[in-house]
Amino acid sequence: MAEIQPVVMPKFGLSMTEGAVLDWHKAEGETVAPGEELMDVETTKITNAYESPVGGTLRRQVAREGETLPVGALVAVLADPSVPESEIDAFITDFQANFVPPEAGGEGEEDAPRAQKAETPQGAINYLEAGGGSGPPVVLVHGFGGDLNNWMFLQPLLAENRRTIALDLPGHGASAKQTGSGDVASLAAAVAGLLDALSIESAHLVGHSLGGAVTLHLASTAPQRVETLTLIAPAGLGSEVDADYIDGFLKASRRKEMKPVLQRLFADPSLIRREMVEEVLKFKRLDGVDEALTAIAEACFPQGRQGLSYREALAGLSCPVQVIWGEADIIVPVSHAEGLPEAVTVTRLPGTGHMAQMEKASEVARLIEGLMGRA
Amino acid sequence: MSLQMSREELLHTYKTMRTIREFEERVHTEFATGEIPGFAHLYAGEEASAVGVCLHLDEKDSIASTHRGHGHCIAKGCDPKAMMAEIYGRKTGLCGGKGGSMHIADVAKGMLGANGIVGGGAPLACGAALTAKTLKTGGVAVAFGGDGASNQGTTAESMNLAKVWNLPLIFVLEDNGYAEATASAWSVSGTPVKRAAGYDMPGVQVDGHDVFAVAEAAREAVERARSGGGPSLIHVVFSRYYGHFEGDAMTYREKDEVENLRRTRDCLNLFRERVGEAKLLDAGELDAIDAEIKTLIDEAVAEAKAADMPDPLRDLETDVYVRY
Amino acid sequence: MSKKSFRQAINEAMHQEMERDPNVILMGEDVAGGMGAPGEEDAWGGVLGVTKGLVGTYGRERVLDTPITESAFVGAAAGSAITGLRPIVELMFVDFMGVCFDQIFNQAAKFRYMFGGKAKTPLVVRTMYGAGFRAASQHSQSLYPVFTHIPGLKVAIPSSPYEAKGLLISAIRDDDPVIFFENKMMYDDEGEVPDEAYTIPFGEANLTREGKDVTIVAFGRMVNLANQAADALAKEGISCTVVDPRTTSPLDLDTILECVEDTGRLVVVDEASPRCNMATDIAAQVAQDAFAHLKAPVRMVAPPHTPVPFSPSLEDAYLPTAAKIQEAVRMTMNAAQREVA
Ligand SMILES: Cc1ncc(C[n+]2csc(CCOP(=O)(O)OP(=O)(O)O)c2C)c(N)n1
Ligand SMILES: [Mg+2]
Repeated sequence: MAEIQPVVMPKFGLSMTEGAVLDWHKAEGETVAPGEELMDVETTKITNAYESPVGGTLRRQVAREGETLPVGALVAVLADPSVPESEIDAFITDFQANFVPPEAGGEGEEDAPRAQKAETPQGAINYLEAGGGSGPPVVLVHGFGGDLNNWMFLQPLLAENRRTIALDLPGHGASAKQTGSGDVASLAAAVAGLLDALSIESAHLVGHSLGGAVTLHLASTAPQRVETLTLIAPAGLGSEVDADYIDGFLKASRRKEMKPVLQRLFADPSLIRREMVEEVLKFKRLDGVDEALTAIAEACFPQGRQGLSYREALAGLSCPVQVIWGEADIIVPVSHAEGLPEAVTVTRLPGTGHMAQMEKASEVARLIEGLMGRA
Repeated sequence: MSLQMSREELLHTYKTMRTIREFEERVHTEFATGEIPGFAHLYAGEEASAVGVCLHLDEKDSIASTHRGHGHCIAKGCDPKAMMAEIYGRKTGLCGGKGGSMHIADVAKGMLGANGIVGGGAPLACGAALTAKTLKTGGVAVAFGGDGASNQGTTAESMNLAKVWNLPLIFVLEDNGYAEATASAWSVSGTPVKRAAGYDMPGVQVDGHDVFAVAEAAREAVERARSGGGPSLIHVVFSRYYGHFEGDAMTYREKDEVENLRRTRDCLNLFRERVGEAKLLDAGELDAIDAEIKTLIDEAVAEAKAADMPDPLRDLETDVYVRY
Repeated sequence: MSKKSFRQAINEAMHQEMERDPNVILMGEDVAGGMGAPGEEDAWGGVLGVTKGLVGTYGRERVLDTPITESAFVGAAAGSAITGLRPIVELMFVDFMGVCFDQIFNQAAKFRYMFGGKAKTPLVVRTMYGAGFRAASQHSQSLYPVFTHIPGLKVAIPSSPYEAKGLLISAIRDDDPVIFFENKMMYDDEGEVPDEAYTIPFGEANLTREGKDVTIVAFGRMVNLANQAADALAKEGISCTVVDPRTTSPLDLDTILECVEDTGRLVVVDEASPRCNMATDIAAQVAQDAFAHLKAPVRMVAPPHTPVPFSPSLEDAYLPTAAKIQEAVRMTMNAAQREVA
């Protein structure tokens, strides 16, 4: 196996144009399995461990630690130990000579999929489509205070094989700020409204946190629309919820207040970068958002507890269902994954917080692919 | 209206008005090429005011001007070539390129500066008049200001001050119908002449397209001031040919307003008609002046364009008393 | 969210606030297009077209052209603010503040305190500042430190279209007088701006870059230059935090101090004249409160102490540039190395 394989600066999310290699998890000469963490990549939003897409011996760390490189630039070279150094050198020289960095704000960005709005009886719903194919799409539903960017690492992975749609719930992101009662049923109606607007009969639903309860609601009230259901740290399976997070998120209007709130979401709080905080604040500053979030929080988390249980509903579902939970989740405790119906597969991820789809995107993608394979 | 000007005065009047016109028309076309930086407010159409007034002034007299100052400068004797170079931002400019169109000044000639601040000139003119009075130079001062400027507190305060100090000062209120896009018919309540009366100051309104009318009113006001009779006001009514500044599309005006004015009320044409009818100067003489001025302005533009820009290392931090 | 110019962002903020609150009015020279003129309606929309379209929607009772009488109309705005309206005044160029300063700093600024807390003065004065326009000495100044100096006034300096809309809406909803500085070079700058109304809190600095070697604090248009400098320096391996304080009054000193504690080096970029400006103020406060964290002397990047010259060659040399900022950053890096050696 004399093949030489490049590893390039990945594109996390749709707006990333460059990233910095923070540190290497593998030294030159070590073997790397596909999916093994190769390095930490820092963007202006978040730092993320990058899992090698290929396997082999790490022959060359092309990027220095701390070096900022455009998306697509060569960061490492993997090859069998038998490949001579001179061939590695030649490969690198050749790659660099042919590499054209994407221009920031240039054409590349224009081509990137853009979020759009669909009119639904619950108001305008903002969504982002990626990938294609004829089968039922994957629909990604975020949690309280989140938005479609919560899927920035996961969606591109799923989109390699099929159509994916990430949406903003009412009161969130760029969707309408009227939430009606703000309860789970009204949020589920908005998701159904989007499926109607896009003429989607059924979909693979992925719900995170409050979005988990929303997808559970949809699955139990309109089972024919749900092919499979993946619940990531879902609400609706117990009564505890981190009131500090809900309250803190509602109250924070400044970077310094918001940063520690967002840090609660991740097992490693240092992952949160400036731009992620700023994006959340940009959303929170919009007129109507405070009211919308307060309405949702009051309807879904009265007195700092979860208002509704979907345990029973879960037992009645006939589609394949799985639950994925970070063991270090302090927002919704992993203990809620206990005592679930036999048919529900449960995966607990060590060293992971509330945001498994960001913290462990590749693994979550594999689990979702696996479940969809069972449909 | 009498044409009581000597032959020299007539020639000087025509030549100065033509110089201003040629200068402004040329700035207009050159500005459109993008080579002239910043703002330029043109005086074309208003020449009779500056020339009719400054005809009675000499170097011991001072004027304070406005953002639309090129005409006042030329009428007060500033060198058009040095002015053009200034407008181009050149080192050879009248202010070394530091001032530009809106700040052309030649204090030695009694030209206390164009002014970027509407209403900024009148108090300064009070000061120049105070100097003349205190030092008994026999000089007078003129405060040029627009209809817009007439609404500034500084103008009102200066009129009162000039009166109570009995200063040798003439307020020349150049009413061209607009302040930017706002009509003077709307913005100026009452009339300037009545305002003058309120301060117990003589005031007259004159047709600003008619240089003889302006000159006559100015002669009277300047004589009054020189002889200790105190301040007075001349309300000059006319129009500007170009936009508020270069680049202004003038959509707030009626389409053919300027065209009609140029055809029927142009101060240079009116002058030619009047001196022709009275057989005071012949057309050939005036044509020769036109040609001479055209050459002068051609040279002014060519020399300005060829001149050096100021040197940042040497010139940026000069004319200051401290550097840091 | 869509791409909007700085000018559109400001126009949209005024539109949305006038729509939301009938007490919001707008006044200034030619903001209603020029009263009494025979030609087109709403021909001007203020001198650079920022208010265009407002008179058509909200009428001449709420969008008021003024004669050129800044002292009277700025004072009238202050008087209307303490009696129930929420006026926005367009004071074309901040240089004209010279004509009406009393009404701002002796009157509007002092009501709240001087009247024992019994008055609210929800006044916004929007005004253009900054050099580079070839507008010469009386139309180019960056006078925000003068207003920052005066207790009672708030001072906002947006650095992008997004900042402009959010800060202006905050200013309009604020019950204290706010002087809102718009850099005249930025009106055509474009950026992503939400279509909805939103507010950006005053006294909350924004970090436009995050780094570990040097903190650069910059204001208004200088933020963009600081970002350019930071990006260029990143390629040399120097990583900078860029702090945009957004408002100079109130000033988010905490964030500046935190960033200095993290990086140990500070460069302040200020378009205002170099004595008693924001740079000297911040340098002094950092020297007082974070001296122990400084690894190198603070550097200030500001114009020379002259009026703004007209000639392009002089004006270009007058202004701070990304290159000057980079140079200052390198000096702080080198100073530190010498100390260690
Ligand atoms: C104090 C002040 N306010 C506003 C301006 C902006 N401005 C420049 S010229 C002008 C109009 C002046 O009108 P007017 O006095 O009639 O003179 P004109 O332009 O008609 O010659 C205005 C509003 C200024 N330069 N200074
Ligand atoms: Mg006028």
